[in-house]
Amino acid sequence: MTEVHIIGAGIHPFGRHKDKSGLDQGIHAIRAALADAGLGWNDMQFAFGGSDAAGNADAVLPRLGLTGMQFINVKNGCATGGSALLSGYWAIKSGEFDLGIAIGFDKHPPGAFNPDPEEWGLPRWYGETGLMLTTQFFGMKIQRYMGLHGITPRTLALVAEKAFANGARTDHAWRREPIDADAVLASTMVSDPLTKFMFCSPAEGGVALILASAKKARELGRAGVKVLGATVRTRVDGSFEVFSPMLDLARGPSPTEIASRAAYEMAGVGPGDIDIAQIQDTESGAEIMHMAENGFCGHGEQERLVREGVTTPAGRLPINTDGGCLACGEPIGASGLRQIFENVMQLRGQAGTRQVPKQPRIGYSQVYGAPGISAVCILGGA
Amino acid sequence: MTQSTPVAADLFELAPDGVRLVGGRGKSDGRFVFPLPTGALADEFDRVLLGRAGRLWSWTVQRFRPKSPPYAGPPETEPFRAFAVGYVELPGELIVESRLVVDDFAALRLGLPMEAVAAPFVTGPDGSAILTYAFRPVEAAQ
Repeated sequence: MTEVHIIGAGIHPFGRHKDKSGLDQGIHAIRAALADAGLGWNDMQFAFGGSDAAGNADAVLPRLGLTGMQFINVKNGCATGGSALLSGYWAIKSGEFDLGIAIGFDKHPPGAFNPDPEEWGLPRWYGETGLMLTTQFFGMKIQRYMGLHGITPRTLALVAEKAFANGARTDHAWRREPIDADAVLASTMVSDPLTKFMFCSPAEGGVALILASAKKARELGRAGVKVLGATVRTRVDGSFEVFSPMLDLARGPSPTEIASRAAYEMAGVGPGDIDIAQIQDTESGAEIMHMAENGFCGHGEQERLVREGVTTPAGRLPINTDGGCLACGEPIGASGLRQIFENVMQLRGQAGTRQVPKQPRIGYSQVYGAPGISAVCILGGA
Repeated sequence: MTQSTPVAADLFELAPDGVRLVGGRGKSDGRFVFPLPTGALADEFDRVLLGRAGRLWSWTVQRFRPKSPPYAGPPETEPFRAFAVGYVELPGELIVESRLVVDDFAALRLGLPMEAVAAPFVTGPDGSAILTYAFRPVEAAQ
């Protein structure tokens, strides 16, 4: 079976860039990835590109060159970037292509997302009476989890403190100032138990990754890192998701649990083999819950693990080493690819001042979001 | 007595024993759903009144004014009053999302006994109260 390697990675810094379009940020990331791989746009046989709110990804073509390549636009909610990567992975694994690119960029208006009930197939009263807010869902999911598994608000604050400490060392991060746990707890309560500094914000940014078959990577003399497993999964009955006027009494697994198990199986590794992880942290509680949903600990163990610093850069399992969504913000089309970019840099030992002290060999990433979709990617040093 | 109007038709009704939410029960599998499906799905469900009491499954507090549209609560010119929302588990039926009527947010906890009520959330253009369903702690009933 053909192995798939990532032989180039480029990023446009995340955050707010007033005079720069999402498309321009995507093009910046593509040029950076091509330069990193020592390749040109003409070398790309295919592209899978996604943007949620910044137009069609294939609008990069006239700017970079109308080469006639296969270019497919990807739009898949919060897993848009993960889906672009997965599509490229299969394109090479199938043997059809041996060199191509996955692209994600975005630019969202500031503030909470402003959904329309009818677009979600929901009745008008659901929005009118003030129930249609993603922030409420995040608050309620972690509220119940804390009650059942003994997680305290201070642990949520420590997750945010770590994110901002990591962001301060990361060139592509948006929030570059450390904020300590006390300040996180003291910030405005948004949706109990989550405060302002426990939430990420919609943002802007772009990421591109160059994919190659093992053979092509050898020919080019660029081993890069190997994709050991990549999956996308959607919700099943009994999963607790955003914008749900009701839930069934019978509860089921989350899309993350399903995607995670499938990715481990594909990669032939288990949670204990993972040296570094980038997991969805839309808010502090999500990182806590995703630690368990991705198999890194049992429910409730996070309270001790976080306090002991296990998830800090020097800990046994560093998590969200570039500050995650909390410090980078969340441009939907680019967010999942940012996680993979960070793992590529860490596995290559090229993450600069944020490089984790113990050189990681296997990196794990997981992006999750509306309407109940999760994408996992496991990378190994080549 | 001020007039009041429900926010939507067939969302809840005032039964002899209190407020009951209008749900559906799958004709083929007995699965409970809320709200009662309309349109293409309507034929697959029987209309049922859901139980009026249950236990709090989770909650949060809405601390800022939601964006309009879709929010149709009191206008931005009025000071925003935070409100609680949560999920209430109705035994043997389903877990329903709802606004919560509670004096002290700190009193909310998992498993708290709750009951359905009709609660005004805004005043309509003609001065009548627009009602939606909500749940309140059972202790508050007395």
